Amino acid sequence: MKFLCVACDEAMTFVDTGEASPGDAFTAVFRCPRCGARTALLANPWETQLVRSLGVALGGRAAPHEPLELVRERLVESRLLWTEEAERRLERVPEFVRPTVRSGVERHARERGCCEVTCEVMDEVKSNMGM
Amino acid sequence: MKTYHDIAGDGGSDIAGQVAGREAQLRARLASVAHTLAIVSGKGGVGKSTVTANLAAALAMQGHRVGVLDADLNGPCMARMLGVQGQTLKLGADGVEPALGPLGVKLASMDLLLPHTAAPVEWHAPAPGHSHAWRGAIEATALGEFLADTVWGELDFLLVDLPPGPERVAGLHGVLPQCDGLIVVTIPSQVAQLTVQRSIVLARRLKARLLGIVENMSGYLCPHCGSGQRLFPVEGESQRAVPGVPVLAIIPFDPQLARCCDQGVPIVLAHQATPAGRAYMELAAQVGARRSAREDHS
Repeated sequence: MKFLCVACDEAMTFVDTGEASPGDAFTAVFRCPRCGARTALLANPWETQLVRSLGVALGGRAAPHEPLELVRERLVESRLLWTEEAERRLERVPEFVRPTVRSGVERHARERGCCEVTCEVMDEVKSNMGM
Repeated sequence: MKTYHDIAGDGGSDIAGQVAGREAQLRARLASVAHTLAIVSGKGGVGKSTVTANLAAALAMQGHRVGVLDADLNGPCMARMLGVQGQTLKLGADGVEPALGPLGVKLASMDLLLPHTAAPVEWHAPAPGHSHAWRGAIEATALGEFLADTVWGELDFLLVDLPPGPERVAGLHGVLPQCDGLIVVTIPSQVAQLTVQRSIVLARRLKARLLGIVENMSGYLCPHCGSGQRLFPVEGESQRAVPGVPVLAIIPFDPQLARCCDQGVPIVLAHQATPAGRAYMELAAQVGARRSAREDHS
């Protein structure tokens, strides 16, 4: 999709997106580089979902693609992925308490809004427990 | 006034560039995979996933390095069949490390991301009541992510277990145009045969390479007297014949197969000497020969 300033016959450029939360439909603001006129694209929920389903970022990518980024962000229920380092560290925990530690760390990670479990997340849990 | 094609780019998002970048990542990831084969079926219930799991194990037994992508995102079962259900995918420096099944078979599956066995695949969406408008797109992107973001490493064969339906052939072709071949699984019923023909016509139109047909549940042997029995009214050469498409294997029904699937042990590992086990080993030898043929050719 491209935007044209009809008065200037000039292609408009992307300025900003007004996306606020996963439940929202997206807004994209474009500006004419010649006259400065702005226009906003207000997408409906289906258009929003279709764009999101392509796994692309409006306005361009600020960060590299994360592994299984779309799957992990968009699944309603999913396991948290552990980094190999964090998983190795968990293996040093005695086996009989490992499931409890795993679920405790994952609960903390979810509360923090983390989409993966790293050693830093494990350190936070340890520190919260006063260890 | 300028038209769409007069304007270069899209004003800053570079959506086409982002999509092309992901396609390049997928090609780079699969550069270390010698053969990518899709296992397809015209209809459900023909045992396609069973064939995939056992073919993977049989190829591994014959010395090949094998990976499996469970592309049935909504009904994943490969983790169960390959006995890796308790494993998790791990984040490595270069992507997601797959689960490791018998004989080192690598597996990526939605199953390994779901929190429990009864969890359905549901997506966050601002328009959940109209999922028909976007579900196909999100599934295609998810399939591309599993292919491109899994650390497959060096593989001789990557088997992609597709969900049932002829349209899945077209869907895969969109995500993975470089797929090296299709193996079509069917059973000796006329209904299954009809849908197989649809899959084959579609594959030919897409210029996809058809390796051949695997006829599953092709009769069964009485466990008491060993005599062969039919499961379907019409079985035989004429039933399975599709001009120009070779029959790679004819696999008899074996109650032990179902038990092995439930236990997560491929029948080729547990009961290699059975007729079904031998049929899978012969199928793997035929598929494996394609690797050798290509190496000889190159």
